[in-house]
Amino acid sequence: MQPDWIMGLIGGLLIGLGGAVLLLGNGRIMGASGIIGGLVDGSGFGDKWDRVVFLAGVFLMPLLAMPFVGTPETNATGNWVILIAAGLLVGLGTRIANGCTSGHGVCGISRFSFRGIIATVFYILAGGLSMVLFRHILGVI
Amino acid sequence: MSLLISLISGALFGTGLYLSGMTDTTKVQGWLDVFGNWDPTLAFVMGGAIIPMTIAWRLTRVARRPVSGGQFPPAPMPEIDRRLVIGSVLFGMGWGLAGLCPGPAIASLSFGGVSGIVFVAAMAGGMLLAPGVKARLDRAVPAE
Repeated sequence: MQPDWIMGLIGGLLIGLGGAVLLLGNGRIMGASGIIGGLVDGSGFGDKWDRVVFLAGVFLMPLLAMPFVGTPETNATGNWVILIAAGLLVGLGTRIANGCTSGHGVCGISRFSFRGIIATVFYILAGGLSMVLFRHILGVI
Repeated sequence: MSLLISLISGALFGTGLYLSGMTDTTKVQGWLDVFGNWDPTLAFVMGGAIIPMTIAWRLTRVARRPVSGGQFPPAPMPEIDRRLVIGSVLFGMGWGLAGLCPGPAIASLSFGGVSGIVFVAAMAGGMLLAPGVKARLDRAVPAE
C-alpha cells in the first residue's frame, strides 16, 4: 500500500472526477447530503432514480474493491449515544446549511463559491472545536 | 442516459472515498484534532478532489448543456445567512464527534457494521428534523 497522502491524493482525484462526471453529464452538483436528504424527506423524488443509482454506486464500489485492496476499518465508535448524537447533528446541520463536505467543500470551493468557502471554514472550525471539547476536555471520544 | 451518468459518478465517488481512507474515522478525527496526533491526509483528499472539479466548472462555460440535457447549475448565491453558518457549525460538531460525514457514511455501510447503520439511521432522522428547525431559525429573527 502507498503512503497515506498518496492514497489520499488518488482517492481525492477520483472523488473530484465523480463530481465532474455528474456536473458535466447531468448538470448536477455532487453533494452527498443533498442527494440523500432529497430521498429521506421526499423533496428530491422528481429525480429519485438518479439519486438511488448514485448512492448504489457509492455503496457498492467499496464492496467490489475489497477483494483487491483489502477490507478497511472504519474504526467507528461502538457507543450508540455518540453515534446517534453525531448522526442527528450531521443530518440536521447539513440540511440546514444545504450542503456538506462534498457539496460545499469539493464542489463549492472549486467554483470559488463564497457560501461554500464560508460553510467549509465553519464546519472545519466546529469539527476542531468538537475534538477539543469531546476528546480533550470531556474525554468521551 | 442520466441514470448511467449518476451511477458512474457515484461509483467514482465511492471508490475515491474508500481508497483515500476517508471511511476511516480515525483519519477524519486525526485531521480535525490539531492538538492531538495531527493527520494531514484529508487535506490531500480535498486538494485532489478540487483539481478535476475546477476544470469541470471551467468546462461548463464552454459546453452549452450537460450531456444528458437540461441546464448547468445557476451561479452560486453570494449572501451568507444564518442557516448556512448555524447548519455548518452543527454539522461540524457531529462530524468531529463520530468522524463521519454523509458520503463516507454511505461508502462504509457495507463494512462498517452496526455502528455505520446506527449513524446513517440517526442522520436520516436529523434530516427529517431540519425543515422544522429551519422554520424556527427564520422565525427567531425575522428576515429583513
